[in-house]
Amino acid sequence: MNIKKILPQLLTLLVVILVFGFFSYNAQINMENRGITFGYGFLSQESSFDVQFSLIEYDGSHSYFRAYLVGLLNTILVSVIGIIFATIIGVVVGIARLSNNYLINRTAAVYVEFFRNIPLLLQIFFWYFAALRALPLPQDTEPMFGVFFLTIKGFFVPAFVWNNLDIFIYSIIAAIISIIIVRIYARKKQENEGIQIPVISISIGLLFILPVLSFLFGGVEASVEIPVIKQLSQSGFTYEGGIKLPPELISLALALSLYTATFIAECVRAGVQGVSKGQKEAAASIGLTPNQVLKLVVMPQALRIIIPPTTNQYLNLTKNSSLAAAIAYPDLVLVFAGTALMQTGRAIEIVSITMLTYLSLSISISIFMNWYNKKIAIKEK
Amino acid sequence: MNKLNFLQPDKNNIYTYLYTGVILVALSIFIVFFNSFFSKDIVSFLPGPISFFLPLILGFTGLHLIRIDYSGLKFLDSINKNINTNNFNAFLSLLIVFVVIKSLPPLLSWFILDANISGDSKDVCTGSGACWTYIKIWFNRFMYGMYPNPEQWRINLSFIALAFLGCVGFFATEKFKKYLTLYYVVVYPIIAFFFIFFFISGGPIFFDFSYGIIAAVISIILGFFIPPKFKMYYFIIVPITLYILLKYVFFYEELIELGKLEALEWVETGAWGGLSLTFIVSFFCLIFCFPIGLFLSLGRRSDFPIIKYISIGMIEFWRGVPLITVLFMSSVMFPMFLPEDMFIDKLVRVIIAISLFEAAYVAEVIRGGLQALPRGQYDAAKSLGMGYWKMHILVILPQALKLVIPGIANTFLALVKDTPLIFVVGLLEIVGMLNLAKTNPEWLGFAMEGYVFASVLFFIICYAMSKYSYNLEQKYKTER
Repeated sequence: MNIKKILPQLLTLLVVILVFGFFSYNAQINMENRGITFGYGFLSQESSFDVQFSLIEYDGSHSYFRAYLVGLLNTILVSVIGIIFATIIGVVVGIARLSNNYLINRTAAVYVEFFRNIPLLLQIFFWYFAALRALPLPQDTEPMFGVFFLTIKGFFVPAFVWNNLDIFIYSIIAAIISIIIVRIYARKKQENEGIQIPVISISIGLLFILPVLSFLFGGVEASVEIPVIKQLSQSGFTYEGGIKLPPELISLALALSLYTATFIAECVRAGVQGVSKGQKEAAASIGLTPNQVLKLVVMPQALRIIIPPTTNQYLNLTKNSSLAAAIAYPDLVLVFAGTALMQTGRAIEIVSITMLTYLSLSISISIFMNWYNKKIAIKEK
Repeated sequence: MNKLNFLQPDKNNIYTYLYTGVILVALSIFIVFFNSFFSKDIVSFLPGPISFFLPLILGFTGLHLIRIDYSGLKFLDSINKNINTNNFNAFLSLLIVFVVIKSLPPLLSWFILDANISGDSKDVCTGSGACWTYIKIWFNRFMYGMYPNPEQWRINLSFIALAFLGCVGFFATEKFKKYLTLYYVVVYPIIAFFFIFFFISGGPIFFDFSYGIIAAVISIILGFFIPPKFKMYYFIIVPITLYILLKYVFFYEELIELGKLEALEWVETGAWGGLSLTFIVSFFCLIFCFPIGLFLSLGRRSDFPIIKYISIGMIEFWRGVPLITVLFMSSVMFPMFLPEDMFIDKLVRVIIAISLFEAAYVAEVIRGGLQALPRGQYDAAKSLGMGYWKMHILVILPQALKLVIPGIANTFLALVKDTPLIFVVGLLEIVGMLNLAKTNPEWLGFAMEGYVFASVLFFIICYAMSKYSYNLEQKYKTER
């Protein structure tokens, strides 16, 4: 009896240890033959390569670690943009899928079926190599609303130039804190006296008034810097001033959000359909208004179904953003596992760091999700 | 005659409302239609913004007029119910109709009317539409990659044969139905491997595999005659012994000679490509990732702590990293882990990497199914005196797998959609071939056609797969 329990475990352990031992033994011999020593010391060496697009200051004289940070930040940037747009599109399409209107319903269904059945890589290539290449050259571009310039070299948008930006940020933080206080107060008031306070309008008001006050009395000034066309050479033009979004970023964010939105749409649809009709009818029968039914009864239950798979999709989006390497958007994989690996030849260290980064990201999110699922699970008696 | 109230159409003057409304809607659609197909603005005499919004206003009014509850006309009622329930819906419906009408002519002209397909060089593509000549000329490359042209019949033959062998299940009589699982899980993959190995590759590159497979087949056949008591150890010991015997004692040279089909030219895997490579990679990954995922999911729910934690570690590791880094690992890091004289083909490494990666996802899906089964099923099986494997094979897995058909189908779809990523290691399946063709100096500027073509292909494949899985789900749906 005991042997039957221990033997399979020992066998498995033995196999795993043998495989790992085999691999590490070979790795040692291979590295000795090539004259490489294992270690992470190279991270502080000078990287001597350039990155086209980075959020922090970076050039060839910085270290490999800084190159890693540049890649990581670019990955985070494109993921955040993708997540925001995917959520917006996904929620809209998911609700459209539930519409009674046949045309709206079908349009949403066609969108979902079409975009989810085409490989993401193909979509990225399509936007980057086919769609965005059809855009005009900088000198021929017609401005959108007078200030946005969508050209083949990227999307040029106006930038804000701030004076006393910190005070403005403090005012927003103050607004958020006061909103939280108002919410707590409103909940207490409702529990104790049954009186409802219009929390949403107060919150919006606070969020609007405090920053305006900071403009009026805090000395905050903002001016807009509009991109201006500039001639580089006989036929080369570009825009100066404002913010330049490179076409790689645009096509990647576009493809990621359109692709992931289809999955989020399905999550939203499943969530709203998952709330049983009886719940709505029961809520209506005790005299709640349609808005209250949605806010107090349907949404809390639907969100419980929607949020876990949607977080999974966010995670997928972040992992999929590594496809950036295919169109040379300098994300973590391209900068670190591509260029840095080429230069140093330290395959094991660099690939392991890259994988660990993604791994820690997704494990931390899944731990958070487990906690959240436990928190919102229906407590049955 | 009752008074007409245009703000609130009612049943009494139904035909007045109906005719006015229908005329208005038809007029609005006609304006947009005329504008888009003949590019003539027939209301241009009006000031700018009004002429732009006129169709919308007309259609909106028209739809408002025909929105009559319980009109008694079946057609009208169904329109009202489906696209015209309230003002907002009517507005959206109109917008969708207008956008479709507006976008039809440019699409039609690009796809068909102004497109070229005749000829065999870039020069015939003068129109503003698509250049399907490009697809026609490159079709072979998109399908077979760099595989030599005169040898392509081998790929065709293998695929046709495999497709036929795959359909055996539909023709099997009742008597053979019980062997189908065995056939699909064990025999079919082996036949497929031999086809790919001997026909498409045409050479003994890694012949050791053949010994292994022969050893596995013989040991499985022998396995039917072994008393169940020793089965577990049997499946570990016998294949290895057989493998060693086969390789070093029995037919050492003879089998290698047998493996060489002299008539066929050897084509290295680097030359494979195009859609056929997509199929090969997805096919083998599908076959391998399912059993691995099954074992991982069973391991994760196992009572043995060591097996459980190893499985959890495997699953969470593969699920936590992007596929592209896994492929990076298989191409740059994995060779470091092997002895210097040992070489594993690029394609094999990729298939192993993708299989392990997708297996983790399959494992999580199957675990969902296992968790959904009520405890009573386990208890009932145990009370009948079944052991662990018997219980799972006969009672638990058939029910659990039935529950997770949609999830598994989704994972398989994801796998097919992930195959283009193998460009990382330099294998060019169809998307990779498109990128190669796009940079050919003779055929610059046709990226759009290529991507549209590949999108359509992938859409057809994936959509068919998802519909098939839906049918399967319906077929195996049982009342519980």
